[in-house]
Amino acid sequence: MDLILDGILKAFYLLITLDPEVLGITRLSLQVSGTATLISLFIGISIGTMVALTEFAGRRLVVSLINTGMGLPPVVVGLFVTIFLWRNGPLGFLEILYTPTAMIIAQAVIASPIVMGITLAAIQALPKNLRLQILSLGATRAQMVWILVKEAKLPLLAGVMAGFGGVISEVGASIMVGGNIKGYSRVLTTATVMETSRGNFDIAIALSIILLLLAYFINLVLTHIQQRERPR
Amino acid sequence: MNRMKRGLVLSIICLAATAILFAVVAWSPAQAQQKNIILSTTTSTQDSGLLDVLIPIFEKKTGYFVKTIAVGSGQAMAMGRKGEADVLLVHSPAAEKKFVAEGYGVNRRIIMHNDFVVVGPAEDPAKIKGTQAAAEAFRKIASAGSLFLSRSDKSGTHSKEMRIWKAAGINPEGQKWYQQTGLGMGRTLNVASEKKGYTLSDRGTYLALKKNLGLVILTEGDAILLNVYHVIEVNPAKWPKVNAAGARAFADFMVSKEVQGIIKTFGVEKFGSPLFFPDAGKKE
Repeated sequence: MDLILDGILKAFYLLITLDPEVLGITRLSLQVSGTATLISLFIGISIGTMVALTEFAGRRLVVSLINTGMGLPPVVVGLFVTIFLWRNGPLGFLEILYTPTAMIIAQAVIASPIVMGITLAAIQALPKNLRLQILSLGATRAQMVWILVKEAKLPLLAGVMAGFGGVISEVGASIMVGGNIKGYSRVLTTATVMETSRGNFDIAIALSIILLLLAYFINLVLTHIQQRERPR
Repeated sequence: MNRMKRGLVLSIICLAATAILFAVVAWSPAQAQQKNIILSTTTSTQDSGLLDVLIPIFEKKTGYFVKTIAVGSGQAMAMGRKGEADVLLVHSPAAEKKFVAEGYGVNRRIIMHNDFVVVGPAEDPAKIKGTQAAAEAFRKIASAGSLFLSRSDKSGTHSKEMRIWKAAGINPEGQKWYQQTGLGMGRTLNVASEKKGYTLSDRGTYLALKKNLGLVILTEGDAILLNVYHVIEVNPAKWPKVNAAGARAFADFMVSKEVQGIIKTFGVEKFGSPLFFPDAGKKE
């Protein structure tokens, strides 16, 4: 019990004194996971919408693959991204293993199917007549897609939260492709793992609390945007 | 058909934009690459905090940027074998000699030593306290059937542990009292502490974590428990992408007078005794 209390006190101490190392780690967590989420929104919403609105052979297979991808284990992603980015691997010429960039790529791979799956479900949940209605009013297909995406805004924001939550909290891929390098690729989750193995449980608890606070505030902002409109 | 086409075009544009985004993000670190050194090392040098002291000095001095990847010695050498590391700091002598003999590493130099200790709960159910020989202590643990935690991660500590079991003439594999964590030293010590089991640890990590552990040193001082750290440069002839100059600079730095002096006093203030003993230039 004392340990948890110590950890909480330490968390506030580190935050209030603006400890430069902890601030740097926190900033990097936000940057990496934020960028990865943005990329995943791009990929997830575009492909998710496309799959939702088109009929093609093997569609069920694709949908089931996307849904499976929503639970893609971060360590598996980490392993494959590492192998691809090795110096002597297929993408070795990029020379980005053990950089924040590699972490962004891995996290984008993790978050994309999450956003994709939720987009897919959200667009499909819209009334079917809506599409016909919009088209019959003379909208082009691009305009129709845009209106549908706007219409599905609430569940899509839930997708943003799920995607961001998935990557800000993941540790397996980040430690493998980022290497947990001090002052460079160390994020809140990998730092927590390291401090735990160093036996610095108070700092580990402090980092966890900062991570939770961070996740909470991001979600608070997103929820605020999501719930801005009055319930119908 | 038209619809399909438009969808296709749209998705291609999306993918292209993503690719550009990746490229932009990737650009900055890729430029400074020659300045990067990948140091693959055992966990104890990081968990004890030694590298946190040494790396900044080296970076300031040389302008290189060191990417420390802390894994077990076994994995560190596996990375070296694939040319995915530039320089290794490891403590698994038998495997190291093989690594160098097979041409993967060059210029293996001794850095420092400390020793391994057999730790366990203060109650000491297998009554090993005071046993001088590590193999004898292991035999007692086995015959008492007391819980033993093994790292089982091909680290230097793990291969030392296997050597002691061999010296004791026991194959612990598959025994009920023998549990394999597959974790680093720090976490294995925590598991042993929680489960009141015995384990083998390097002294440095044990001392660094001691304050949170319910474990005491029970066997120490046996010659077999010596723990020696070497620096090895990955052979650039085998892997042309290796940063050979950087690796050499780091290895030279590790054997320098300055670093050897830091190693000598590292940990004295915090733990009351040094965690490592400098050895550069000595024979094994």
